[in-house]
Amino acid sequence: MSASQEQIDNLIHKEYKPGFVTDLEADTLPPGLNEEVIRAISQRKNEPPFMLAWRLKAYEQWLTMSEPDWAYLDYQAIDYNSISYYSAPKVKEAPKSLDEVDPKLIETYKKLGIPLHEQERLAGVAVDAVFDSVSVATTFKHKLKEAGVIFCSFSEAVHTHPELIQQYLGSVVPPSDNFFAALNAAVFSDGSFVFIPKGVRCPMELSTYFRINAANTGQFERTLIIAEDYSHVSYLEGCTAPMRDENQLHAAVVELIALDHAEIKYSTVQNWYSGDEEGRGGIFNFVTKRGDCRGRHAKISWTQVETGSAITWKYPSCILRGDHSIGEFYSVAVSNHRQQADTGTKMIHIGKNTKSTIISKGISAGRAENTYRGQVKILPGALNARNYTQCDSLLIGPKCGAHTFPYIEIKEPTARLEHEATTAKISEDQLFFCQQRGLSAEDAVSMIVNGFCKQVFKELPMEFAVEAQALLGISLEGSVG
Amino acid sequence: MLSIQHLEARAGEQAILNGISLEIKPGEVHAIMGPNGSGKSTLSNILAGREGYEVTHGSVTYEGKDLLVMKPEERAREGIFLAFQYPVEIPGVSNIYLLKAALNAIRKHHGQTEVDAMDFLQLVKSKIKSLNLDEQFLYRGVNEGFSGGEKKRNEILQMAILEPRLCILDETDSGLDIDALKIVADGVNALRSPTRSFIMVTHYQRLLSYIKPDVVHVLAQGRIVKSGGPELALELEARGYGWIDASLNH
Repeated sequence: MSASQEQIDNLIHKEYKPGFVTDLEADTLPPGLNEEVIRAISQRKNEPPFMLAWRLKAYEQWLTMSEPDWAYLDYQAIDYNSISYYSAPKVKEAPKSLDEVDPKLIETYKKLGIPLHEQERLAGVAVDAVFDSVSVATTFKHKLKEAGVIFCSFSEAVHTHPELIQQYLGSVVPPSDNFFAALNAAVFSDGSFVFIPKGVRCPMELSTYFRINAANTGQFERTLIIAEDYSHVSYLEGCTAPMRDENQLHAAVVELIALDHAEIKYSTVQNWYSGDEEGRGGIFNFVTKRGDCRGRHAKISWTQVETGSAITWKYPSCILRGDHSIGEFYSVAVSNHRQQADTGTKMIHIGKNTKSTIISKGISAGRAENTYRGQVKILPGALNARNYTQCDSLLIGPKCGAHTFPYIEIKEPTARLEHEATTAKISEDQLFFCQQRGLSAEDAVSMIVNGFCKQVFKELPMEFAVEAQALLGISLEGSVG
Repeated sequence: MLSIQHLEARAGEQAILNGISLEIKPGEVHAIMGPNGSGKSTLSNILAGREGYEVTHGSVTYEGKDLLVMKPEERAREGIFLAFQYPVEIPGVSNIYLLKAALNAIRKHHGQTEVDAMDFLQLVKSKIKSLNLDEQFLYRGVNEGFSGGEKKRNEILQMAILEPRLCILDETDSGLDIDALKIVADGVNALRSPTRSFIMVTHYQRLLSYIKPDVVHVLAQGRIVKSGGPELALELEARGYGWIDASLNH
């Protein structure tokens, strides 16, 4: 191993700052999954009967399904009966305002850089804080209400807007969609709900910060965003978890619905605990995210920066149903040490003159495996559909892998598709050049990687772009080889 | 400023430098000439701290310090600049970003504050003009899609901004047409000062008619076989390296 390889290795080993545990009393269901557990979750949330019925049906379906095995991932089988499906911080009564929220929780989010208190809040960003199985606080609710925007926890929406939930829940990702979607539908405990009425441009960025804290617990949240005609919303999602030697399961579902001329921009910075250098611990992240451009000229844009998790299985997709609708997917996936990522997107063209863009940047270091898996499907009648796909891989060091699996299915002769793919290595020449100009090896790698990801970072909202760049530096620490 | 004593070095099993001694004083311009494989680029690389070489004998002292124990970035921050023969591309990283990061790394090393963004922009703009480069050049990826001439001019731009004390130009003239060569040479000449020294590694005399050296050394088989004034370069041009080889074999 050359000296610069050692430098890369040193660079990959950095501290995971969100890796702490908050010590508080929790109401946690015993491990195991059966009908009783589902009833218990529904009861704790005081849900209307339609929700329980929906969950039970999903559970029945789940029992008949098996875990997907087509991904380029290798992990020990998950024992679904060893996981606890509900854990919430204990409270005597539901807090009516932020002042009643346990100060330990407020402190936790503060430590993570997410201030919830009024005076310290991030300017222009409303936050829903989800801690283990429940939402603990949502900021700027009233200000948003004045604009007609509904932004609240999923549990709250079930009570306050049951008609919207009944109309839209599962309409993009039905429980039968896949194994993890069915599991989520049966046991999901919270998440965020967003409704942007006709003609409204959401006055601020909305965001949800997901935090796993309890041990042996899975997190199953559900996000539902509905943008009515001519509305616009930008939504951000962040995630962290403590460092533990055991794997923890996170199986989320996100559904987006964009009606005529509506636009939804959904950004994720995923920084779940990734496990240690030897691959001990870390989050198993099995997530189904899909957006439905139901209306004409609707636009859904996914931007993701995936740096965490031991396993990432995630394909944020767009159904381009409305004529002239647009789907976009911008992704940076970093895997280091023993991390494995199998991620990409699906673009389903149904409407006429629909357009999709896919820009994927995969970075592997250490002994990690990074896979892009994407599907572009153009159905008959999707006249003049267009897709542009670009997948680039960057390898750092000799022991990692990068894989690209593009699936293309075209049933419409007027469609036009372009696909570009590259694989590159950070070369010793690049590193030496930067060092010769005075930069440390660490700063050099971080600069080169950031340059590689530029096309994606420029799609992120400002606050997130800065965080993502910093995060990238941290994830790659010890990776110089 | 720089003192090289009996330097011997190898790459793998292959001995490349076989006892080089060289003294460079502040303000001096030394040309190092020699045929392919004589060890010219190896010498540049060892001075800049590139990996892949093993120094087996001798020492290099730079401003009173042992250069060989310093990391490449420390050498750079202490004022050693290598203008590369083949400058690499760094896609997506803008030229101006690299320049600023490099300048700030050097300033930090000397206990100075980071450069003010507006001052920096002004500094860079004045420099690119003299190198006959377009302002757009600053916002392109480092050497990304640059022509050979642009890459070399970019190296000189970095040199002008970072203001090193010892500049090593590794075959900077290679691949340049006469107009580009003149611009590069003007850039270098503008940087000459009583406190700044240059080592120009070159195969041809051509560059030396634009940048007048104080001393010319001829390198062959990893040794300096002849040193002299600028006239030595002309003699080499006229008689070829075979002349040196012949005298070596005596």
